[in-house]
Amino acid sequence: MPPTGALRDVAIVAFAQSDHLKSTDELSEVEMLMPVLHEVLGATGLATGEIDFTCSGSADYLAGRAFSFTMALDGVGAWPPISESHVETDGAWALYEAWVKLLTGEADTALVYSYGKSSPGSLRDVLTRQLDPYYQAPLWPDSVALAALQAQALIDAGHTDERTLATVAARSRDAASDNPHAQVRGARPQGDYVVQPLRTGDCPPIGDGAAAVVLAAGDRARALCARPAWIRGIDHRIEPHAIGVRDLTESPSTRLAAERAGAFERPVDTAELHAPFSSQEVVLRRALDLGDEVAVNPSGGPLAANPMMAAGLVRLGEAAARIHRGASDRALAHATSGPCLQQNLVAVLEGEDA
Amino acid sequence: MSTAHKEPVAVVGIGQTKHVAARKDVSIAGLVREAARRALDDAGLDWPDIDAVVIGKAPDFFEGVMMPELYLADALGAVGKPMLRVHTAGSVGGSTALVAANLVAARVHGTVLTLAFEKQSESNAMWGLSLPIPFQQPLLAGAGGFFAPHVRAYMRRTGAPDAIGSLVAFKDRRNALKNPYAHLHEHDLTLEQVQSSPMLWDPIRYSETCPSSDGACAMILTDRAGADRSPEPPAWVHGGAMRSEPTLFAGKDFVSPQAGRDCAADVYAQAGITDPRAEIDAVEMYVPFSWYEPMWLENLGFAEEGEGWKLTESGVTELDGDLPVNPSGGVLSTNPIGASGMIRFAEAALQVRGQAGEHQVDGARRALGHAYGGGSQFFSMWLVGAEQPAG
Repeated sequence: MPPTGALRDVAIVAFAQSDHLKSTDELSEVEMLMPVLHEVLGATGLATGEIDFTCSGSADYLAGRAFSFTMALDGVGAWPPISESHVETDGAWALYEAWVKLLTGEADTALVYSYGKSSPGSLRDVLTRQLDPYYQAPLWPDSVALAALQAQALIDAGHTDERTLATVAARSRDAASDNPHAQVRGARPQGDYVVQPLRTGDCPPIGDGAAAVVLAAGDRARALCARPAWIRGIDHRIEPHAIGVRDLTESPSTRLAAERAGAFERPVDTAELHAPFSSQEVVLRRALDLGDEVAVNPSGGPLAANPMMAAGLVRLGEAAARIHRGASDRALAHATSGPCLQQNLVAVLEGEDA
Repeated sequence: MSTAHKEPVAVVGIGQTKHVAARKDVSIAGLVREAARRALDDAGLDWPDIDAVVIGKAPDFFEGVMMPELYLADALGAVGKPMLRVHTAGSVGGSTALVAANLVAARVHGTVLTLAFEKQSESNAMWGLSLPIPFQQPLLAGAGGFFAPHVRAYMRRTGAPDAIGSLVAFKDRRNALKNPYAHLHEHDLTLEQVQSSPMLWDPIRYSETCPSSDGACAMILTDRAGADRSPEPPAWVHGGAMRSEPTLFAGKDFVSPQAGRDCAADVYAQAGITDPRAEIDAVEMYVPFSWYEPMWLENLGFAEEGEGWKLTESGVTELDGDLPVNPSGGVLSTNPIGASGMIRFAEAALQVRGQAGEHQVDGARRALGHAYGGGSQFFSMWLVGAEQPAG
């Protein structure tokens, strides 16, 4: 059953994010998150107690402690008690859970937030713990090495070359010049190989950040936002875990999620893609049939700021914000999780008059 | 808010592994697949019949795998489907089932596999929960170190006799003998042995403490059309809710948290329950330390404040009592942490389906599944019934 049969109209009515920084040694996760929550609630005029459902995304492995999300909850102010849930992945999936909750009618408004601090640890090592614990993780293949395998497969298949990847990187950082929250803004050299064929410029910056959105249904959304970003469709799909059984040049899960979200029914004018590596933008553009007429990652995308567990939610927020301010009528937002784009979420957002 | 258009949700398949201290014969993937396969068999379905997978577990440190849903996608037949991972501390097994139920209620999907697991033999749960300096230490030396003072507070507040906790433990361990999936099968255990077992965290003794288990629990949730095709009687979801409150704050009542009371009130309102003691036939509540039975009896509205221990003492919560609590043997007999909440939800469903076997409560028509986690701050509950909800 396609989500186009949705029972209610739900929109993103507000978005806020932190400045994404290489290191936030002086800030706890709660301190990093709180200004973002205040900003997103302030944009709607809602108080914490007026939110019907709260859902967050984060990962204990980044924080280095079990139940790390409980400290953030203390900061949210869950008193009197709130209806609340948490996903151990990117906040884009927290948004998905909240969207479902609003569809049931059990809630009219939802606060979604996510955050990640990568600076305390060695992210490339930490992410190897996502891999099959028996056959892959003991080899410690890191996230850049796996992405490099994917990039080389793309080059071997003739879908891209290093020069094209460099233009993706340059375009992203150029676009980020106008984004005060981005970690890497403006031109920077492609640099040396990190893992061939990926150079420094092809890789996302490692850093800390947080993001939040407010969702609302129907007339409530119209009351809270002059031009709500209506979620016309949203879907997510997962692929096999072992990269050896996948064709890394394709993203069938992105393709399927986009079909289910109705992305191909009409062209989009904007796409915010959660492609942490330049080569992954190539994969996603092919899966989504995105041509040069579409503004891809006008925010700068993950190559300009890639806070773990928040970068996917930032894509949804950035796409929604463009609709809010009238810069887009129909936008696609994408989020990913796992090695080499294993799991993908696609949402289609529209302005009311679009 | 209007929920009038929600699709009714039915539980048509339930599968568990035999919970044990260490499943050395299977990988994590093998463990979860075993439970999922049993749930599919119970529902008369196969992998292609599943539209989406919702998976839950407690902290990733328990197995040392970050976001293990990525690695488990293949084992759970999720490739090409949506797979969503929930983590709400100890309540996660219940929360995961509720997130899955909402996918059906919202008509996003027709049939959903939901599963929760923990393979605790991969690590040491007590120390996995105990944080080194400089982190904050809300749980101290394992969960028992955190909860023992709150048990003592309950005893002081209510004047409950010291022996109440041992009665709960003895009951649950005997109930477990009737549940083939329960971890602990202590055939020769006596009440005297419970009462003389070593003191771990005063006033909690060794035999009043949950074990550390490897196990998984899966359920198949579906819509009315799916329920019509079910070979076995379905359990219907009459109400479900989650509530959270902060870990620590001035005025928090650790003995009877407001979030638990609010969550129960929400579920009862959805299900049209006005007198839970009279209208609910069986309860599967999350009792990791024996004294939490009387504490939750009060928190959930089955007894007046200060009176919960009297239900335990008078045998009301025995399997043949007026309000059987944890006929499965409960968390005190089986505790794969991330799965424990879902086992409560599933056991409640088994009761109203009439499929609980030797630990079946005669004539159970409505049952409550309850889970909690964190510092008594995360609650998830559902009420299931033998009849399709009205409206």
